[in-house]
Amino acid sequence: MNAKTTARLMQGDEACAEGALAAGCRFFGGYPITPATEIAEVLSRRLPQVGGKFIQMEDEIGSIAAVIGASVGGAKALTATSGPGFSLMMENIGFAAMTEIPCVIVNVQRLGPSTGRPTSPSQGDVMQARWGSHGDYPIIALSPSSVRETFDLTVQAFNFAEKYRTPVILLMDEVIGHMRERIVLPDPETIERVERASTTVPPEWYKPYENLADVPPLMPFGEGYRYHITGLHHDERGYPTNRLDEVQPWLERIFRKIERSLSDILLYDEDGIQDAQTLVVAYGVTARSARHAVEMARERGRRVGFLKLKTIWPFAEEVVEHAAARLHHVIVPELNRGQLALEVERVVERHKVHRINRADGGMIQPAEILAAIEEREWAT
Amino acid sequence: MKKQQSLDDLKNPRESRVHERYLRHSKKFPNVWCAGCGIGIVLGTIVRAVDELQLNKSDVAMISGIGCTGRMPVYVDFSTMHTTHGRALAFATGLKMVRPEMKVIAVMGDGDALAIGGNHFIHAARRNIGLTAIVVNNSTYGMTGGQYSPTTPIGVRAATAPYGHIEQPFPIAELAVTAGAAFVARSTVYHVQELEKYIAQAIGKEGFSVVAAMRYCHTTLGRINRWGTAPTMMRRLKEQSITLKRAEKMSEEEKQGKIVRGVFVERDIPEYTQLYDQIIERAQAEAA
Repeated sequence: MNAKTTARLMQGDEACAEGALAAGCRFFGGYPITPATEIAEVLSRRLPQVGGKFIQMEDEIGSIAAVIGASVGGAKALTATSGPGFSLMMENIGFAAMTEIPCVIVNVQRLGPSTGRPTSPSQGDVMQARWGSHGDYPIIALSPSSVRETFDLTVQAFNFAEKYRTPVILLMDEVIGHMRERIVLPDPETIERVERASTTVPPEWYKPYENLADVPPLMPFGEGYRYHITGLHHDERGYPTNRLDEVQPWLERIFRKIERSLSDILLYDEDGIQDAQTLVVAYGVTARSARHAVEMARERGRRVGFLKLKTIWPFAEEVVEHAAARLHHVIVPELNRGQLALEVERVVERHKVHRINRADGGMIQPAEILAAIEEREWAT
Repeated sequence: MKKQQSLDDLKNPRESRVHERYLRHSKKFPNVWCAGCGIGIVLGTIVRAVDELQLNKSDVAMISGIGCTGRMPVYVDFSTMHTTHGRALAFATGLKMVRPEMKVIAVMGDGDALAIGGNHFIHAARRNIGLTAIVVNNSTYGMTGGQYSPTTPIGVRAATAPYGHIEQPFPIAELAVTAGAAFVARSTVYHVQELEKYIAQAIGKEGFSVVAAMRYCHTTLGRINRWGTAPTMMRRLKEQSITLKRAEKMSEEEKQGKIVRGVFVERDIPEYTQLYDQIIERAQAEAA
């Protein structure tokens, strides 16, 4: 029996760290914060074992900066934090989006605002993950709902980051991060790893922001390719520019590189939508309660469809629109005052959308979702 | 084959060769700095120091934050990165860790390095990671128009201190020594050869090295305080500065308002990325 694929009791944070290693992560820069600290602790032990580097920086701003710097040096790089640290990282996440430097930022969400309740779960940073840094930029955010899925989506986050030259945010939450589940990790040989695109053009011809392809190759510093990276608007060589004819193609490309690849990026599970009357759309830890409620409702003869989003950003608008088109009711439970529901309401007729919200640190119980399903169904 | 000598080579052989080799031909000149600014002088000393050390250009990275000095890297033919305000050293830390063989130079202004980036500055020094921090100190925020910075002297007027500045300035070199840097020196843009020597020593040093390069800003702080034109302010740098040797013999009162030039510390302490390599060895030995 292969020792690497045996069942293990593992915490979500630990699965995130193992997923990062499996994806080829070789640099972690972070700062202690509940409930994400375990990711740093595991990686401080595991990274040097595989020749990787770990550093505990002086704050979260420095952490994300070091991560971007390491990525520029060619390493797959990760940081992990929670709400307060995530807020501090925002400016440099925008820098990574602007300069198209791959990196993965894990936010193990805890109850906010401010210091909030560090050991209580939340899904309050969904909109911050999308719009947290100033200006317009695309972003990818994934959200796991189990320990095993945390492993898988961490691998996926690295793959997306490298493939699309973009920061990728993994939105975990306190329950997923701290919960222990019995999981079987995949055989490392079977894990798909995406490596950064490389080029063989001579260094003097290299254009790190060439608009020909959606994603131009990014050559690491230190290997003969000398070029400029800046948070200013830049031309194809990376030099600052004020020329609209240089800014516009770049702006179009950084959105295009995500929008053209939605079929690759949008990850979700759906079932029972074909003959449903009511649809439940959920993600992260709330998807567990939702799944339970959907099963209970089906046992009672209700026709309920279930859509679990694993990719939160970009929002799977066509998927939700298509799934909800024929239905009477869409229920969106989430641990906030209604964030992803805003997106659902944007693509589904608003009167069809029913929100179930909780932002006090407690969980949404399956019974609450079940009651909402039955209430809707009686009404029709 | 003997290389044809150009007129420039005859005038100042080393100068023209160095500029040709280290400035980017693809970059759209002229530069962003005001006529008479000292940042270009610092840039010149850095490339001459790199030349003197005979480093491969691909092994040199120049990282900056925001401000007038933040615009320095774009002109040089190294691997260059213009990052966010105050964070140059943090970006440089990540790069140095995964590319320890590279010479990573962080160029920062005084506000960049010591106000918004003060935390990274002291911690990079404490960690003794092998970066070179060059702080180009004009005692103000030049790009935004002459607001007071962490190094603005008491009593000076600034765009945000119209009644005179009341905060104590940071002494950059002394701060870096206390925080744990392996090499710390200070000079001015008037003392170009000395500055170049210190920068070469700093880049050559294993461990965290700091060079504080005093300059002036005649278009903002100079204008507000009526200190005169660039040449006048350049002369002030000469007149105000004293060597470390001389300063040691002077009383605190006599040293007031003086720029003390010299090497403040040079010590052999273990460098961070080399220590981390030992961590890797230890971790792999334990795992095996």
